[in-house]
Amino acid sequence: MDVEIRERSEVQPVENRQAIGIRIVTSEGGATPSTEEAVFELDHLSCYYGSFRAVRDISLSIRKNAITAIIGPSGTGKSTLLRSFNRMNDLVPSARIEGKILYHGIDLYDRRVDPVEVRRRIGMVFQKPNPFPKSIWENVAFGPKVAGMKGNLDEIVEASLRRAVLWEEVKDKLRQSGLSLSGGQQQRLCIARAIAVEPDVILMDEPCSALDPVATLRIEELMIELKQNYTIVIVTHNMQQAARVSDETVFLTMDDDRAGYLVEQGATPQIFTNPTNRLTEDYVSGRFG
Amino acid sequence: MAADPITPTTGRTRLATTGARRATEAALMSANGRDRLIGMVFQALLLLGLSVALFMLAALLVWSLVEGAPRLGPELITNGPSTVRPAEAGFRTAILGTLLVVGGVVAVIVPVGVGAAIYLEEYANRDRWLNRLIELNIQNLAGVPSIVFGILGLAFIVRGPLNLGFVAAAGSLTLALLVLPTVIIAAREAIRAVPPSIREGSLALGATRWQTIRRQTLPAAMPGVLTGVILAVARATGEAAPLLLVGAVTFVTFNPNFFEGGYSTLPVQIFNYSNRAQDEFRVLAMAGVIVMLGLVLLMNSFAVWLRNRFERSW
Repeated sequence: MDVEIRERSEVQPVENRQAIGIRIVTSEGGATPSTEEAVFELDHLSCYYGSFRAVRDISLSIRKNAITAIIGPSGTGKSTLLRSFNRMNDLVPSARIEGKILYHGIDLYDRRVDPVEVRRRIGMVFQKPNPFPKSIWENVAFGPKVAGMKGNLDEIVEASLRRAVLWEEVKDKLRQSGLSLSGGQQQRLCIARAIAVEPDVILMDEPCSALDPVATLRIEELMIELKQNYTIVIVTHNMQQAARVSDETVFLTMDDDRAGYLVEQGATPQIFTNPTNRLTEDYVSGRFG
Repeated sequence: MAADPITPTTGRTRLATTGARRATEAALMSANGRDRLIGMVFQALLLLGLSVALFMLAALLVWSLVEGAPRLGPELITNGPSTVRPAEAGFRTAILGTLLVVGGVVAVIVPVGVGAAIYLEEYANRDRWLNRLIELNIQNLAGVPSIVFGILGLAFIVRGPLNLGFVAAAGSLTLALLVLPTVIIAAREAIRAVPPSIREGSLALGATRWQTIRRQTLPAAMPGVLTGVILAVARATGEAAPLLLVGAVTFVTFNPNFFEGGYSTLPVQIFNYSNRAQDEFRVLAMAGVIVMLGLVLLMNSFAVWLRNRFERSW
């Protein structure tokens, strides 16, 4: 299978969500790609900050249109792992990886791949809601504007806010500051903002940990609705949330070397009721962590 | 009538409870008097310091208004200078010269200063020794006496490589060099104060680094940047020493031009008038001080208005 990776300057503005800029061309005698497509495939991935190894030798795959939860005790590199999916770790000068992350079959860390294009297709929502100090409309329109998306910005803003179940609450105050919203609304605004660039994947790093239970419930409902159109990977400390929301669960823990490693990955019901690994069982039953 | 359980009835118990209460009172209230006195004295001293500063400022303003009031009038701004007819002398050419020079300063320090601050904060790798050296030197430059910049301007801008001659442009460049460190430092602090979460949020949406700076970081840092520019402009307006070296003459009768001919500025002109023997010139000089203060106030008000437009609540 030949892979053609275009440099950033050649990329057309995003009009539909198919991976423009990364074109997969099958060669003459090649096999057809598998239908059960994994969005991400990790192949012995290790993440380093300088000489410190934060994540050790992880191999797993993330399924399309499903919610995958990454759980585990504090400090096991869950956030580091998540941020490696959209190359946010590039922002840390000493960060590097070994091994491979394949996104739709393409090595994300290939030298020809533009991290800016990666981040347009793989969006991220952070732990503490971080709306820009601009109006609500400007917040949602920012992504499409910088991506050069064609189309009526007002329509894009409304569609994104509707999909994030925030439109009814803010439709009369689009010009007000994004910071004037409540915590839960701000987080939904951040989700709307991420959706507006029409990504393929949404990564969420403990999105509800700064929110009250009512707001948390609404975001969880939103996540379940969103997975029909997007692939969602969420890091969470809250085991019950992982059990409620996710389809697949990945459990990480660490040894004395403080490097996170993969203990078990599987369907959520199975992980929580009938785990194969002893450590998993100890963690989900609350014996440690 | 039931007996109050708290009030003791026997003499011994009463003595004991009174003693206990006195001891507690003594413990809780013992440090009270002395500490409170020290606190009040300290507060008074702080208030005194503030009052002294405000009083000096007010005294300066009032004194210049009183002294210069006789000469305040439109002819102050419309007339050119004169050494023989103080009653008709004005500051027109000096005001125009100041506006030209300060305008040139702003045109240089805003792009260069803000650009340097952006590079130092966003692009430079802090670990490399060269970048740390640059940062250190910029802070040193902010403390160099202004006359040194005058000599620098004379050697390199008026003569030397740029060879502009004794013109207003040379004065602008010299003053721009003088106040540039102030702008760079203020802009850097403002950019640094923008929360990293804003940058992360922008980058995570697929914005390039430059898009993030131009559309998020810089607008958010604008209030601080503009404050730095205000400080720089105020300083540049009031500088006389370096300009004297690069050719601001004390007496100019024609309207100045940016690239040709002689020029004068308000501080230099005031310096000229205040040196003269006649009393009328002294009054004239004070009137010039009022004009200069008014000009600085006007420029600052514009910048504050501009800053308020950018201000957002965090």
